[in-house]
Amino acid sequence: MPKQPSFSLARLAIYATLILACAVYLVPLVVMLLTSFKTPDDIRTGNLLSIPDVFTLIGWVKAWDSIGGFFWNSVKITVPAVLISTLLGALNGYVLSMWRFRGSQLFFGLLLFGCFLPFQVVLLPASFTLGQFGLANTTGGLVLVHVVYGLAFTTLFFRNFYVSIPNALVSAARLDGAGFFTIFGRILLPMSIPTIMVCLIWQFTQIWNDFLFGVVFASGDSQPITVALNNLVNTSTGAKEYNVDMAAAMIAGLPTLLVYVFAGKYFLRGLTAGAVKG
Amino acid sequence: MSSIAVFARPSPLDALQRWLPKLVLAPSMLIVVVGFYGYILWTFVLSFTNSRFMPSYKWVGLQQYQRLLDNDRWWVASQNLLVYGGLFIAISLVLGVLLAVLLDQRVRREGFIRTVYLYPMALSMIVTGTAWKWLLNPGLGLDKLLRDWGWEGFRFDWLVAPDRVVYCLVIAAVWQSSGFVMALFLAGLRGVDQSIIRAAQVDGASLPTIYLRIVLPSLGPVFFSALMILAHIAIKSFDLVSAMTAGGPGYSSDLPAMFMYAHTFTRGQMGLGAASAMLMLGAVLAILVPYLYSELRNKRHA
Amino acid sequence: MATLELRNVNKTYGNGQADTLKNIELAIDSGEFLILVGPSGCGKSTLMNCIAGLEDISGGAILVDGQDISGMSPKDRDIAMVFQSYALYPTMSVRENIAFGLKIRKLPQAEIDAEVARVAKLLQIEHLLERKPAQMSGGQQQRVAMGRALARRPKIYLFDEPLSNLDAKLRVEMRTEIKLMHQRLKTTTVYVTHDQIEAMTLGDKVAVMKDGIIQQFGTPREIYNDPANLFVAGFMGSPPMNFIPLRLQRREGRLFGLLDSADGHCELPLGEVEEGLEGREVILGVRPEQVLVGAGSGALPGIRAEVQVLEPTGPDTLAFVEINQAKVCVRLAPDAAPRAGDSLELQFAPDKVLLFDAQSGERLGALGKARSPERLARVAQLKGR
Repeated sequence: MPKQPSFSLARLAIYATLILACAVYLVPLVVMLLTSFKTPDDIRTGNLLSIPDVFTLIGWVKAWDSIGGFFWNSVKITVPAVLISTLLGALNGYVLSMWRFRGSQLFFGLLLFGCFLPFQVVLLPASFTLGQFGLANTTGGLVLVHVVYGLAFTTLFFRNFYVSIPNALVSAARLDGAGFFTIFGRILLPMSIPTIMVCLIWQFTQIWNDFLFGVVFASGDSQPITVALNNLVNTSTGAKEYNVDMAAAMIAGLPTLLVYVFAGKYFLRGLTAGAVKG
Repeated sequence: MSSIAVFARPSPLDALQRWLPKLVLAPSMLIVVVGFYGYILWTFVLSFTNSRFMPSYKWVGLQQYQRLLDNDRWWVASQNLLVYGGLFIAISLVLGVLLAVLLDQRVRREGFIRTVYLYPMALSMIVTGTAWKWLLNPGLGLDKLLRDWGWEGFRFDWLVAPDRVVYCLVIAAVWQSSGFVMALFLAGLRGVDQSIIRAAQVDGASLPTIYLRIVLPSLGPVFFSALMILAHIAIKSFDLVSAMTAGGPGYSSDLPAMFMYAHTFTRGQMGLGAASAMLMLGAVLAILVPYLYSELRNKRHA
Repeated sequence: MATLELRNVNKTYGNGQADTLKNIELAIDSGEFLILVGPSGCGKSTLMNCIAGLEDISGGAILVDGQDISGMSPKDRDIAMVFQSYALYPTMSVRENIAFGLKIRKLPQAEIDAEVARVAKLLQIEHLLERKPAQMSGGQQQRVAMGRALARRPKIYLFDEPLSNLDAKLRVEMRTEIKLMHQRLKTTTVYVTHDQIEAMTLGDKVAVMKDGIIQQFGTPREIYNDPANLFVAGFMGSPPMNFIPLRLQRREGRLFGLLDSADGHCELPLGEVEEGLEGREVILGVRPEQVLVGAGSGALPGIRAEVQVLEPTGPDTLAFVEINQAKVCVRLAPDAAPRAGDSLELQFAPDKVLLFDAQSGERLGALGKARSPERLARVAQLKGR
């Protein structure tokens, strides 16, 4: 706003509201951290925001023991799925903006709908298909599913970026003698670093945080960490160890949280870029 | 000058170059045609069969849809979706707009504050659900915190109260997504033509009036995008319910996504699950089609 | 160095749209500078893309040195192009931009270095070689774009409105440079523009296009002095040619036109009677510099008209009068300029005025020399061989 900031009552109220809101947004994270470092007795005697009597890592150790293996499952699923879907999205976006042909716009429209698709409507056929290919309950199967249903967004990111680049660039390269892949690799990809970042981060958070595909298409040893966390939290056997639950939740949330802290700019751009169409 | 044209035949490599764009797009086209639309059709077909634990193709007509409409649990899930979705969208929008407008007042440390508001969006709904399940724990959560802080009569047991549990979902979902609405609107506010605001100031309008009468109404498209995305999140909400309440107590916090999963994959009611999935698709389309229609119309008029 | 010939080139996009290019026929000699000029949407850029191979033609042939290249891919045509947006590769330095086409064609590194050095010297961009496009001004980017085209030493250069993104002053400078460059290198060039001044100053041959059809093809002089129709006459020249509507009348075996202003009238002799012209509504075309002012030759009929507005442009002063309800512009020397409200004695030399049919806009034969665009194109083509 063009108005000069001044110390008035109104500005005091603005700051007070903003800071209060900050506190509200931060409380769950603080509570999770505090709880994860407490002992079960401490949890029972203290309250959410009480400082632990003794800081103990027992919750974190136990949490890692029970879901650490699934953490690596998530890594095994997320890394290849993110890379493959980003590469495919980049190629699709390249064709859909620079090499349009009869029907390519229709295809783009059909693909875009994938951004809105409630996945419940494809779960059954997808699970039959994975079973047919022997990919049921494997991390490989989950990679495939995430690539397929991530394609709509990755294509959208790159297509929207490439549409903003003048076609003359491709024409110039063609006259210079460059072919389809040379133009892509030597000219367009080097220009796409920000879009690649947006796409990688978007896909990373989507796939790492996925629960639906994980719980439907994987079981036992192939489950991703979100499913393992859910099982841990909702198990009804034995005494509830909230410190372990919170430590496990932190472990599951840390990768995406770190990405957000270090690449927040791209994360936000991905969210808003997706919002334009999706 | 001789003009006997030497007709240059395109080399096989050139022919390949011509086909490359289509070849490159082909796998994705296959994925979209089969994995999106083929599978929707398949689910549609299944919803007309009596499939239980295994798919069967015995046609039973609209029987599954009839069963769905007669199913008390489905109605609870649908009603919950209306309450949960409506409150979640409304509160997220109001909070998001309010925070965006306040943040737009040349606030110090704006970047940091924005980061704080938005970080829940990076978390999995499972993590969010786990955290809020603990925060809202009757007996040990906020319940106890406020009593320890001196509010003796405070009781908070919504998480186990069948008629209140759905509001717990709303609280967690708003915490997760309202920062995102804030970010959307903040971006929109930054795009508003400053000369309009100056013109209004010259006309003597106060700052609140300028926002309510001029700035916010010009953000219609942002509002619709936010509405779309929030509605979409609400309809797909499955992980949050799963982590926070698992649909309980009983099935009092069930949502259609939860209903679909439970019947399809754990209770051996595949046909019924398929029918519920189709109704979910219908709900998404009911929101999406008018939105796309207005978007396309605006584009044509622009 | 190569000749370029377009034979009956057609381009349609199908699905009910109007043809984009219709029966394009033209030919230029080796080393000639061809201008394609016309308003936006006339098909000139499409035609250029067809020559480059970026778009396929639907019919006809494109011949370079007598060889049909219309089936070849762009890279095999040995054609280089300068784009309106320059289309410099943004992640590459100027050196890499210029070398890119040579690298793709697998030239030895030493040769590439030598060629880059030659082009950079020619265009005086040696000091820019390590910069990225975003670090340069529009004019500098323009030079680099030309350098990239020059480096390959192609048979034909194509320029697609290369100056339209530059400011007015730089545009004039670059225009002169392009002309100098062409005089030095003598490479066959096709140049697309919507600016008729560029067309007049740069071209050896000019093709004026409208609605996918070549309206006239000839030297700039021919196009300026001898336009084939109202469109060409009105498009070329600034300020544009005056168009005065009148009806042809016959008296004593000769044709006359009646001119009328608020201050007087006169009968303008318009040559021998020709079949079917008598009584026709026509448009009289006369360029502002061809309206004679003052006593002049007493043999010419004159008309008095009041000056409504004066526009001094510096080198000239333009005076606007009204004749037959049409605004007529007269170009005057600044020191001979009247004041607004003065009455001027105007004369039209019968051999300078042109007649156009009011309905079709075609040149009328009354004053000879009129040609249909098709005939003109064919004549030029024959000359070219």
